[in-house]
Amino acid sequence: MTMKVHRTIVALALAGCVGVVAPAIAQEHDTPNPPMQKWSFSGPFGRYDQGQLQRGFKIYKEVCQVCHSIQMLAFRNLADPGGPGFSEAQAAAVASEYKIKDLDDKGEPTERPGRLADTFPPPFANELAAKAVHGVAPPDMSTLAKARTFERGFPWWVFDTITQYQEQGPDYIAALLNGYEEPPKDFQLPQNGHYNKYFPGHNIAMPPPLQAGQVTYDDGAPQTLEQYSKDISAFLMWAAEPHLVARKRMGMQVMVFLIVLAGLMYFTKKKVWHELEKPREIARGQDPKKTAA
Amino acid sequence: MSGHSTYQPQSKVLQWLEKRLPIGGLVHSSFVVYPVPRNLNYLWTFGGILAFMLGVQIITGVVLAMHYTPQVDLAFRSVEGIMRDVNFGWLLRYLHANGASMFFFAVYVHMFRGIYYGSYKEPREVLWILGVIIYLLMMATGFMGYVLVWGQMSFWAATVITNLFSAIPGVGDTIVTWLWGGYAVGNPTLNRFYSLHYLLPFVIAGVVVLHIWALHVVGQNNPTGIEPKSEKDTVAFTPYATVKDGFFMAVFVILFAWFVFYIPNFLGHADNYIPANPAVTPTHIVPEWYYLPFYAILRAIPDKLMGVIALGASIVILAFLPWLDTSRVRSASYRPLFRQFFWLFVIVCVGLGWLGSKPPEGIYVILARVFTIYYFAFFLVILPLLGIFEKTKPLPNSISESVLGAKA
Repeated sequence: MTMKVHRTIVALALAGCVGVVAPAIAQEHDTPNPPMQKWSFSGPFGRYDQGQLQRGFKIYKEVCQVCHSIQMLAFRNLADPGGPGFSEAQAAAVASEYKIKDLDDKGEPTERPGRLADTFPPPFANELAAKAVHGVAPPDMSTLAKARTFERGFPWWVFDTITQYQEQGPDYIAALLNGYEEPPKDFQLPQNGHYNKYFPGHNIAMPPPLQAGQVTYDDGAPQTLEQYSKDISAFLMWAAEPHLVARKRMGMQVMVFLIVLAGLMYFTKKKVWHELEKPREIARGQDPKKTAA
Repeated sequence: MSGHSTYQPQSKVLQWLEKRLPIGGLVHSSFVVYPVPRNLNYLWTFGGILAFMLGVQIITGVVLAMHYTPQVDLAFRSVEGIMRDVNFGWLLRYLHANGASMFFFAVYVHMFRGIYYGSYKEPREVLWILGVIIYLLMMATGFMGYVLVWGQMSFWAATVITNLFSAIPGVGDTIVTWLWGGYAVGNPTLNRFYSLHYLLPFVIAGVVVLHIWALHVVGQNNPTGIEPKSEKDTVAFTPYATVKDGFFMAVFVILFAWFVFYIPNFLGHADNYIPANPAVTPTHIVPEWYYLPFYAILRAIPDKLMGVIALGASIVILAFLPWLDTSRVRSASYRPLFRQFFWLFVIVCVGLGWLGSKPPEGIYVILARVFTIYYFAFFLVILPLLGIFEKTKPLPNSISESVLGAKA
């Protein structure tokens, strides 16, 4: 009886919550959720696709970096394990294409070619300079793929803990690059604004940055906007989380160890507690193993 | 309960030490022969888990502090430096960030277990109050640690939470200026938060020692809520409790590792990967998940001062629980009505957590108000009255009877 009453209370409370709140949530979403892409780096065995990171880097170099800095990324990172897989010589060659501001041995400001230890120099001297050109300062791209997300909503976020869905950032970026379209008739687009289906509020300052055929791929990958968006998103994910591959690999080792440890601990516990839990059988001289648990 | 120590060291060196500092005897009586009720379920392993998590947080925290720079222009970059350039820095930081969440998850299980089985009742009032103090210290420590990252959510959480003190009439603004060390959240704020974030965990460790001391004086409660009456009701801490705690700790660490290695940013906010910018306010300023129920209570009340008072009261009220609950029966197993109100209370707390993550508008506010009323009514109305009107079930004669049946 009490259980029944209890269940009724719970059911009513839950029904109350769901019933009244559903319309409130529906109104909130006039921005569609980005479609989920297939990423090589998702899931417990995820790894970055070297070819994809190299293509993404090419897009960054030829398109994004005109406006966006990526200041926490160093040239040496290009040759780090788990990354785009450039050799050290290739990374050094990339670095030498850049001019780095430095002081010469008389203390005078000078410019020298980049070295492996340098980070990517920003396109603007500072935020104000970027703002003066673009109206708003284009965000730094070092952590961008982890700094963008969208609300998954209940119950999806619960399932995400099991499915390990962590790719909201790259999904959003890929969707955004494909999301430019004509504004609906009743939408008031401010001057210098651009309508984007996936941008919160739809008014984005960045003009459509990528068009099909704009960047030449030399590995035969399709030179389409869809492919470009995925490649640059994967590259930005790597830039934001360069140790992802090492993390997931160690995760598997740790999991195997912990599951074996927990199993052994469980049987040790069972053995230690056995006599306590079956004292009557032992007192009667019976074999506790043959009695029901 | 610890009783007189029967510890007799074998080696000559230990005998020599024992005469001068009986530390071996202390360990022996507290963690070896210490009698624990034989019927403890796995919810009782969370005390050990919490001690373990405090250790994890202190060890990872001390190493992180070696690489962190508490300066507004460098803090975010130094955290990213840990993630990118420090050997296994990503592991240390993800352990520490997710460790805080695991710590709070474990403490909530520990607290709800205490409420369900009436573990705060006479003679365990001081033990319970020390626990409430630890919880308060944890909240302060967790909040200040989150600010150290100096991302957007760090900065704005610091602004919102410190601004709560401005609601105090008369001296509010002065207090806030004093807390900030300036006229806005800035470098002095970050510096003092860093200092306190390093200090408070050791204060927690000190209160934990008192908490365990108090526990060893009054002994553990158990699922029946009746005190052990004979030796048949208890088992020795080692090996029985140690092996059981050890097993469940391993299970808990699997959960912890799942978050650290596979979904390390699930419990965080994307906005905190944007460096702090005082000129740009995030669309929704949301605290970490473990503060959400209290955030919902704060926003449920239209008046700022009353909201802050309600927020404080919702935590402080826990310390009065031993006297608000008037029932003489401890365990919910024998309190059919209490059990229903308890589970409703759990639903309300989770519901408040969910509402805390939603914008304070429309139906969310109304629900938050209803839930807030239940939260306080549970302590101030339901618990005092239940003790008087509830018809409890008959208690077993002893712990061993409840475990083995009347025949034993």
